[in-house]
Amino acid sequence: MKDRHVNGQRLHAQGITLGYDARTITDDLSVAIPDGSFTVIVGANGCGKSTLLRGLARLLRPRSGSVFLDGELITAYPTKEVARRLGLLPQVQVAPEGITVVDLVSRGRFPHQKLLRQWAREDETAVVEALAATGITDLAPRFVDELSGGQRQRVWLAMALAQQTEILLLDEPTTYLDIAHQVDVLDLCAGLQAHRGYTLVAVLHDLNMACRYATHIVAMKDGAVVAEGHPSDVITESLVREVFGLECRVIDDPESGTPLVVPKHRPVRVTGSTDEEKNHVPAQA
Amino acid sequence: MSVLAQGAGRTAVFRGGAVSLRVERRSVVVTALLGVVTVGSLLAALLLGYYTVSIDQVVRAVFSEGTPAEEYIISDLRLPRALTALMVGAALAMSGAIFQTLTRNPLGSPDVIGFDTGAATGALVVMLMLGGSGVLTSVGAGAGGAITAAVVYLLAMHRGSNGFRLVLMGIGVGALLLSVNHFLITRSTLYDAQSAAVWLIGNLAGRGWGHVQLLAPALLVLSVLALRMSRDLRMGELSDDSAAALGLSIERSRVLCVAIGVGLAGVAVAAAGPIAFIALPSPQIARRLTKVPGPNLVPSALVGASLLCLADLAGRELFVPRQVPVGVLTGVVGGLYLVWLLTREWRKDRR
Repeated sequence: MKDRHVNGQRLHAQGITLGYDARTITDDLSVAIPDGSFTVIVGANGCGKSTLLRGLARLLRPRSGSVFLDGELITAYPTKEVARRLGLLPQVQVAPEGITVVDLVSRGRFPHQKLLRQWAREDETAVVEALAATGITDLAPRFVDELSGGQRQRVWLAMALAQQTEILLLDEPTTYLDIAHQVDVLDLCAGLQAHRGYTLVAVLHDLNMACRYATHIVAMKDGAVVAEGHPSDVITESLVREVFGLECRVIDDPESGTPLVVPKHRPVRVTGSTDEEKNHVPAQA
Repeated sequence: MSVLAQGAGRTAVFRGGAVSLRVERRSVVVTALLGVVTVGSLLAALLLGYYTVSIDQVVRAVFSEGTPAEEYIISDLRLPRALTALMVGAALAMSGAIFQTLTRNPLGSPDVIGFDTGAATGALVVMLMLGGSGVLTSVGAGAGGAITAAVVYLLAMHRGSNGFRLVLMGIGVGALLLSVNHFLITRSTLYDAQSAAVWLIGNLAGRGWGHVQLLAPALLVLSVLALRMSRDLRMGELSDDSAAALGLSIERSRVLCVAIGVGLAGVAVAAAGPIAFIALPSPQIARRLTKVPGPNLVPSALVGASLLCLADLAGRELFVPRQVPVGVLTGVVGGLYLVWLLTREWRKDRR
């Protein structure tokens, strides 16, 4: 068996070109995920963050270039073997109608099961641990349809944990959650990375959350990586201008000391052009 | 493992050596009860009718110890017809369960997404253009269904297949083929048109041991294959990305499931014509009874078998002295069911 920790980067992509049909999203992109890191990919809408994640998880086959997992081409593994090493929580989820929490979480065991080995003790242990780690043990017998958005996200996370992979990719795990639940989910992720040896790769929209939780940031623009490294080194006023086209100040987060991006104040402008719209604008003093 | 106490109460686990299996208790009980209902349906089909017999007579007839009249009515007429009904119903229901799970849509059944219409086109081509009948018609039906399925699948494949597109493509191709079927009938002679029309309704009258012998092995093989795919089908209920991330080879498993589903539908159509509305409601009924997600293949098959057997019995005896083809009855019952299903979904959306 080959050394699984190739240069401390079990998962890396070399010169991958990803796209859908005629559209190319990323061109000749290379990126390496440091082992044991909480890597967060940031960038403007449509810059190819989710596409990169799908490419890394072999859900999208690169037109050229290669993704390597544990020193081998990811395409060289049987698909179940990849699923025992690397998990992905997609952005859009479909819960089967009428499924219970424990049943859904149990489906995370699929890559470990066989036709006649469908529910071994390890499967049960993994599911129990996943439920406990995400704090949803009490919800186990409930129907997924009945849960709130925050609870449901925990269930999906539990399913990915039951898969027992050391690398976990998360596509916008906090979208649609209110700020308290965002912090909840990210705290949970940070705990997995810090105490359970997970390597996490997440796409996040909120730069400040990214800075607070990431140990490694990958900033993307137009399908290319423009900067990567520790948040305090990477997130600067010029980078935010370059990547998001936003004028801002970067100050220290008073709570965590990580970079905090504060958009610069802009005078409110009237953007409407027709007379009718202008008439609706309240008169300014 | 007290944490899973409540969850574990719903399931039973068997472990021994390298083998470990888990089943939902309710699902097992429901399946057993449905098995009883299926046997009951078979008995009803044997006992009831213009010439009502007793269980005693049935047993004697089956073991060739009855009077010639009893043996003829029970062993030669009722038993093979009832067995054909059970098997065709089971095949249609399993096909429906497979397609509904694959497309994640209760409308994804072979009669809605054009496969039955395609099978009918194949059968009509044989009957009306090539002048064949009997087994040849069945071969034509099987070929028509398979070709239609391949075309629908390839059309829906664009950028990776997708369940909803499969349903829409199937409805479209089915509508086209329906026109082809009508065209074939209008250009045939009155006699041929009449027999084609009877075949198109779907009928179990006159099915004998020959049909049973052809149907049984095909159904056995396809059922085993379908059961082997049931874990894949369960995973396929999640989103494509989730299932792939969990190690399911999506396209491979989808092609296999479509092939098995089309095979089941094709076998059923070949034996009894395109009987409507068994494939659509049976898996839905089974799912509501077992209250577990997934294809519910075995309960669906038992529901389909009982439904078709009882519908055929009703068609045979309710309108004496006439026999109404079973397809007419399933059409009426299934149509009502579909209306109920759609209004229910509609209300749920509006809430």
